[in-house]
Amino acid sequence: MAGEKFTITLEGHGLASGFPHERVLVALERAQGFGQLKDLPLKLPVGCRRGGCGVCRVRVTQGDFHADPMSRAHVSAEEEASGLVLACCIYPRSALSMRLETPVVIKEKCRKAAQLSEEETSWP
Amino acid sequence: MAMTGVLRPGFIQVRVLDMPAAVEHYTRRVGLHQVTEGADGRVYLKSAEEFDHHSIILRRAEQAGVDFIAFKVAADSDLDSFEKRVKDYGYAVDHVAAGEQPGVGRRIGFTIASGHRIELFAQAELSDPKPPIHNPDIWNLEPHGMAARRFDHALFYGPEIEKVLDFFTTVLDFKCAERVDMPDGLLAIWLTAGMKAHDIAFVKHPEPGKLHHLSFDLENWQAVGHAADIITRYDISIDIGPTRHGITRGQTIYFFDPSGNRNEVFAGGYTYYPDLPTRTWDETQIGKGIFYYERQLNPAFLSVVT
Ligand code: FES
Ligand SMILES: [Fe+2]
Repeated sequence: MAGEKFTITLEGHGLASGFPHERVLVALERAQGFGQLKDLPLKLPVGCRRGGCGVCRVRVTQGDFHADPMSRAHVSAEEEASGLVLACCIYPRSALSMRLETPVVIKEKCRKAAQLSEEETSWP
Repeated sequence: MAMTGVLRPGFIQVRVLDMPAAVEHYTRRVGLHQVTEGADGRVYLKSAEEFDHHSIILRRAEQAGVDFIAFKVAADSDLDSFEKRVKDYGYAVDHVAAGEQPGVGRRIGFTIASGHRIELFAQAELSDPKPPIHNPDIWNLEPHGMAARRFDHALFYGPEIEKVLDFFTTVLDFKCAERVDMPDGLLAIWLTAGMKAHDIAFVKHPEPGKLHHLSFDLENWQAVGHAADIITRYDISIDIGPTRHGITRGQTIYFFDPSGNRNEVFAGGYTYYPDLPTRTWDETQIGKGIFYYERQLNPAFLSVVT
């Protein structure tokens, strides 16, 4: 479907690339797949559901829970103690309040990863 | 013998947060066998369809992800010639002594531009279970779980995949079977050392050294369906599928191990010969390339890695 390409602006959310023989909605779906549309009423960030990828990070503001091991690439032991956890790794022991702390800024993740012990992820 | 140099992926070392849960997942669910456990706690696994000592190494760690992938080369002397070629290319090469992993000979290792450690080895002892070779039955030990037949390939995420492409094709003699080019440049490459559609693949990503998935070969589409039944029955975290890739044409499921490392089981895919052209995809059809039936990327494809 090469050929002419048009920028499609979804106001308030971002840009998509459209093509003459393609429905605009299909272009928007593709843009969404590439994360080019921001602040859409997207569903919850869900990734591995097993504590490895970090996309489900939340800050628990109230309540008790217990936790499975979670990757220290995304939550340090100190952060975990302060309530910053991966939602897929915690189980409630009371009513909970929390807010999303989705790690959207990759640079931030890189900085944190670099701070973590080198020997943990470099082999041998 | 037509195949020389790098033959195929040999093994991959994966970091897991909970070793007993990981062993249960890869043995009872994926269908591998535990060969042995090392003194340092690493656990060595293989499919009964594989001859070599092991193909998966699990290492207990605080962060999920991948330590390295190792490719098997045809002859011990290849390790010396590849060491020279890698050094001439400008990358440092280190040596891992025979026996650092049980049953495996000496290895050389180096880190590529995407931040991943790649190793080469030439020798591995055989281990049980393995396929019979004289008047061979289809299997000696009946398949269980998802009936994975082999560790087949991995998809890694990292920066500078143009350099990765150049390195694998000029230094390790891989071919690029398929690629995705976006308006802002190369997004993804599927590389093969032999006649499979891919032995390793890379997607451009800002963080270095990331694992997208490790993949196991299944016999056919029916086996993929059976794997999906197991995924639901044992509440394994699903990502997407059963579906099909346009790229490589594999019939596939993505799911996660208990540490959040993505696994794939797949069947099929085309045969690649070294004289074939590279198949290419552009921004308009990338959705179909990755997930042929959904025809769009799911939100996790580009963002969820370990
Ligand atoms: S969804 Fe991956 S860490 Fe929770
Ligand atoms: Fe794959």
